[in-house]
Amino acid sequence: MIELAGIGKTFRGRTDVVALTGIDLTVAAGEFVTFIGPSGCGKSTLLRVVADLTDPTAGTVTVNGKTARQARLDQDYGIAFQQSGLMDWRTVARNVELPLELRGWDRRRRRDRALELLELVGLAEFAGSRPAELSGGMQQRVAIARALATDPKLLLMDEPFGALDEMTRERLQAELTRIARESGTTVAFVTHSIPEAVYLSDRVVVMSARPGRIAAVVDVGLGERTDDTREAPEFFARVTEVREALRGRTVVRAEER
Amino acid sequence: MNTRAARIGLPVLAGVLFLLGWELLVVANDIKPYLLPKPSAIWAQLTRNIDDILTTSARTGTNALVGLVVGAVAGILAALVASRFRVVDSLLVPLAAAVNAMPIIALAPIFNTMFSTTSAVPRRLVVTLVVFFPLFVNALRGLRQVEPIHRELLDSYAAGGWTFARKVRVPGALPFVFTGLRLAASLAVIAAVVAEYFGGLQNGLGTRITSAASNTAYPRAWAYVAAACALGLVFYLAATALERLATPWRTSR
Repeated sequence: MIELAGIGKTFRGRTDVVALTGIDLTVAAGEFVTFIGPSGCGKSTLLRVVADLTDPTAGTVTVNGKTARQARLDQDYGIAFQQSGLMDWRTVARNVELPLELRGWDRRRRRDRALELLELVGLAEFAGSRPAELSGGMQQRVAIARALATDPKLLLMDEPFGALDEMTRERLQAELTRIARESGTTVAFVTHSIPEAVYLSDRVVVMSARPGRIAAVVDVGLGERTDDTREAPEFFARVTEVREALRGRTVVRAEER
Repeated sequence: MNTRAARIGLPVLAGVLFLLGWELLVVANDIKPYLLPKPSAIWAQLTRNIDDILTTSARTGTNALVGLVVGAVAGILAALVASRFRVVDSLLVPLAAAVNAMPIIALAPIFNTMFSTTSAVPRRLVVTLVVFFPLFVNALRGLRQVEPIHRELLDSYAAGGWTFARKVRVPGALPFVFTGLRLAASLAVIAAVVAEYFGGLQNGLGTRITSAASNTAYPRAWAYVAAACALGLVFYLAATALERLATPWRTSR
């Protein structure tokens, strides 16, 4: 679904900043991959490169078998950011409808789809509300519904739960894994929370800063997520593994000893 | 409920007290009417001339309205074009600043000689020019003020420039436009009244004020001034009402 080959990104300025260098990664269709690393490791930049919101200065990006630009023009992905980016002047439902509007769906069809999505994120009764009337967590759920509106094969998420409290965060994580599993969506997810990365992903891509590159890739392999996942010993083992990778060390797994 | 009553009641009370104090001040100090007439004398003139006040208000109001609409539309369109094309922006902004630095009212006598003296065009033109600038500046500020996240979002939808303008720039700019419109609504009435001071048609509030003043009929002049105040207030309130209608997301809270 995503193929990154030799991606580099240098911000030119008085002193050039190498944000990314030598990124090679393949994300399979249906896979949930999380990018984690210290601030300045270029994880958000990498996501923007995949989204074709910024150009890499080296390497090639292939998304859904096309160039990143073509994938963007074809609206192959849905995207959500740390801020919800809802438009104050639209109702909640009309915010979710926005990408459908731009695709030329007729009013009735997009209204039905928006309500279906709001149902999915548990906000059906707020369809007619203004974003300002919603809490931060609810706004973020609306943004996720909007990202899912066109039923994209690929979902790009840049710390969408970053500004939320822990309770809301965990609930949305559970919802997201359920949605991704049920719809078979490929997800590329940026976070700076280790437990979040482990809980959500099939694979965690650990990045290091200056220059931003991939330090390690941790296979999570926890199977279907349930309420108990967060308390399972394997969960903690993977958390440790990611933490050690962030510190530049590798952990030998118990079953491999 | 209490706050609503207070919101309307307090200004009314303040107004009544102000008029009462004015009346007392004039009576107690025996101030001559050419310096400051009593509110009761102004009121008497107001009621006696009410028919003429209404017709002249309507004429001046029409001038103000026509100028306001034309100036506002022109200002908004200019801002739209300037926000869309950088070249136009760099051409138009200094020009608009220069126009604004000019005392536009001072153009009224010049416009009067440009057009026939029986034409309402000169004063409408003055209003148009006066209105243009606050609308242009505010609309442009609003149009330029785009949240980066909305930019990225619309880019991710592969939306073109005009789609972006329609879905993000324009609705996002509406609150700014209405700030400009509220400002311009009062200015339009002021400009329409004052433009009449410089000759031309003798049929509006401004001409009635000058003719009453030159006939030393000061309470009558003040009665027409009061009418001009009321007209300005009507325009301002209409602009505010329009704002509430057009940007419900800002006023519903």
